[in-house]
Amino acid sequence: MSDGHDTHHTDDDCGCSDAEATRPAGEGAVPDGGTATEAGGEFEPVDVFDGSDMDLRPGADSCYKCTSCDTSCPVAEVDDSFPGPKFQGPEQWRLKRKEDTEIDDSIMGCSNCMRCDGACPSDVPLSQMHNSARGEYVDNQMDKLSREYIRNRILANYGTLARVGSKVPRLTNAVMGNSLVQKINEKVLGITAERDFPEFADETFRSWWKRRGGPKVHSEEKRIAYFHGDYANYNTVEVAKALVRVYEEFGYEILVPDQRCSGTPMFANGMLDDARRSAKVNVENLGDAIENGYDVVASCTSCSMALRQEYPEQFDLDGTETVAANTYDALEYLLVHENVIDPIRAVDGDQLDLPDFAYHAPCHSRNQGLDRQAVELFRHLDGVDVEDVGDSCSGISGTYGWKEEKYDYSMEIGEEMFEHMEHAEGETGMTECPTCSMQMEHGTGYEINHPLEVLEKALVDTDVEV
Amino acid sequence: MAPGLASDDRSTLLVGFEAATDFDAPLAADRLTAAGVPFDVEGATVAFPGEYRADAAVTRLAHALERDEDAGEGRSTRQRLADRVRPHLGDAERVGFPAILGDAHVEDVRADLSERLDAEVFEIPTGPPSLPGIRLEDRLFEALDEAGVSMTTGNPVVDHETDADGRIERVYIDRNGARIPYRADAYVLATGGLVGKGVDSDRDGPREAVFGCHVPAPDDRMAWSGEGAFADHAFARFGVDPDDRLRPLDAGGSPEFANLFAAGGVVGGADVAREKSASGVSLATGLVAGRTAAEEA
Repeated sequence: MSDGHDTHHTDDDCGCSDAEATRPAGEGAVPDGGTATEAGGEFEPVDVFDGSDMDLRPGADSCYKCTSCDTSCPVAEVDDSFPGPKFQGPEQWRLKRKEDTEIDDSIMGCSNCMRCDGACPSDVPLSQMHNSARGEYVDNQMDKLSREYIRNRILANYGTLARVGSKVPRLTNAVMGNSLVQKINEKVLGITAERDFPEFADETFRSWWKRRGGPKVHSEEKRIAYFHGDYANYNTVEVAKALVRVYEEFGYEILVPDQRCSGTPMFANGMLDDARRSAKVNVENLGDAIENGYDVVASCTSCSMALRQEYPEQFDLDGTETVAANTYDALEYLLVHENVIDPIRAVDGDQLDLPDFAYHAPCHSRNQGLDRQAVELFRHLDGVDVEDVGDSCSGISGTYGWKEEKYDYSMEIGEEMFEHMEHAEGETGMTECPTCSMQMEHGTGYEINHPLEVLEKALVDTDVEV
Repeated sequence: MAPGLASDDRSTLLVGFEAATDFDAPLAADRLTAAGVPFDVEGATVAFPGEYRADAAVTRLAHALERDEDAGEGRSTRQRLADRVRPHLGDAERVGFPAILGDAHVEDVRADLSERLDAEVFEIPTGPPSLPGIRLEDRLFEALDEAGVSMTTGNPVVDHETDADGRIERVYIDRNGARIPYRADAYVLATGGLVGKGVDSDRDGPREAVFGCHVPAPDDRMAWSGEGAFADHAFARFGVDPDDRLRPLDAGGSPEFANLFAAGGVVGGADVAREKSASGVSLATGLVAGRTAAEEA
C-alpha cells in the first residue's frame, strides 16, 4: 500500500503496534489503505483486524467466474494486452496470496471505468481490488523518475494545475491551445497532442459564488452542500451555476464548502497518497456540513462515485461512511425529494430555445444506477427529444484517453458512442461527466450540455411553477 | 442458430478456435456422430486470424469480427478466417462456429462469412461469457426503453414498506448507504436461487432474501442434502412456493403480498440442474409472472 510498508526491522520507528508487526505475512499484505505513517511522521490508526472492511478475501471468494465483468470491460474489448477485470481482481488477489508475487503491470491498462462493479452479480468489489493493486504497483514497482509516473502524477493532480492556470485563464488557454506546446506535451510527457486542452473559464465558480454573496435562498429544512469538484469550478462553471439556480428554484439553501479534488483521477492512476490527502479534507468538511443538516450533492457523477464508494472502500477515515450515505448526484437527489416530473410536463419545449439531445450515460453514473435518470426525466419534456446513445463507454475514462499510448484505444472504445450520436436525432450532446463530455465533443464536434443546464432552461425564470 | 438444427441432414463442419478453449470442434463432431445425428459432421480447429494473446477475451474476438479489423497481410479478419476454414470445408453445406461472431451486428458477420464460404454459417452457444446472452439482454432493454419503462440496475433492494392491506407500497434500494425509494403497483421477484443469492440460508432454514418470503424446507438440516454429489438433494429445490398467479405463499398457504410475483430461479420445487429445465422454468414463470403483475398495474 502506498502509505504502508512491507518490511519490519526491529529498529524501525514505524509506529506499528506489535500486533501488526508480528502478523503473518499473508495477512499483513492486504492492501488496506489504513496503515499509515504520513509524511510528517504523524501516526494514524491502522486496520489490523482480520475480516474488517478492507479485507478483500470475502470479495475474492465470492467470485464464481461467470465472466460478466470481463464482457463489461471496454478496455478488454479493444486492448489485447489487457487480461480483464476478473484477472485484475479476484485472480490476481489469489495469486498474491501464495508467494511474494509482484502485481502484474497490466493493471495500468485498467481505465477505472468501474463497469465491472456494476456487472458483477455477486458483489465482488472489483474496482476496490483494482484500486488497491494499482496503488501497490505504483508504490512498489513504478520508477518514480519515469516519464509515465511524472505524466500520471500531473494528470492525476489536474486540480493543482488548474488552480494556477485559472488565475490567468486567457494566457493559459492560449498557451495550452498552442500546437507547439501540445506537441511538446506529447513528446516530453506523453500527453496526447490529439486533444485540445479544456479551456479555463474567465471566472471560477467559487469566485462567482463569493461575488454573488453566497446563497440567495435560506431554509432550515432544505439544505444542500454542493460538491462541485475541480472541473465545474475551473472549466464548466455554467454547470455549477445551473445547479445553484435550479436548487434555489426548488427552495434549497446552498452551502459551497471548502473542498479538494474528489480523487477520481488519483485513484485511476494509483496515486493513493494524493487521493487520501484530498479525501481527508473532503470528508472533514462535508462531514461538518452533514452535521449541520446539509445533504451533499455533486454535479459530476465521478465525484459522487468517489465520495460514495471509493473513499469507504480505500480509506479508513473517520466519518467516511456518513459522507457516503449522505451524498447524492444532483439530479438523483431532486428526483427523490421533489416533484420534478410535473413541472417538466408543464414545460412547452418548443417555446424554449432547446435542441434535441444525444445523451450518453457515464460509466460512473451507470455504476451508481443512475444511467437512466436523465432520459427518463426528459421523456416528459414536450418538444425535446433526448435519445440514449447506448450503453457503451465513451472511452476517455478521465485521464486514460489523455495518455499518448492509450489515445487510440480510447477512440476505438468511443467509436460505438460516436456512431450512435451521429445516428441520433439530436445534434447536441448531453452527459453528466466532464471527461465524457470532452470525448463526445472530440469525436463528433457537438456542443455538450449537462442535464442541469437543461433543467435550468426549462424551469428557472420560466412560467412553470415548481 | 437455426441452420445448426440437429434434425437437419445437411453435412456439417464445426470450427473451433485455438484461443477459445470452451469449444473443441473435433470432440463435439465425434460426440454428435456417436449420438447418431442424421448428417455427416467433421470438426476442425483453426487459429483466430490476427495477433491475439492465447487467452484473448471473447468480446475482443467478437469485436474484431464485427468491425472486420485488419488482420495483417493487408487482409481483414473475416477474409482471413474464411481462408483458414476453406481447406477443411469438404462437402459441408453448413459451418458452425462458437457463438462469438459479433455483437449487435452478428447477422452481418454471419451473412458475410456464409457468402465467403459458400455454406450457411451458424453459431453454437457455449458457456459464459455468452454473446447470445448479451444480445438477448440488449434486446430486452431496448424493448423496455421503447415501452417507456423506467429502469435502474446494479444496486440491491434492501427494504420495503407495505400499506394497510399488506401490499408492497415501495421498495428501497441501497446506494452505498443512501436509501433510495422506488414505487410501483406490482413487483416481480426475479432474484435467482441459492447460487444467484435470491435464496439465503442459515442454520434456522432458507428464506427468500429480499422480502423474507417463506421457503419450504425439511426441518432436519441433515435432510437438506442427499448422499453423493449427484444425489436428489432437497436444497436444489429450495425456493418460494407460488400460487397459480405466481405469488409466493407464506407457511400457511396465503400470498405473502398481494402484488408480489415470482419468476425464475427464486421459484422452488424444481431441481433444474438435474432436470436440465432452468431455461424452461425461467421462460414459463417469467411469462406468467409478468402477465399477472401487469394485471395489478
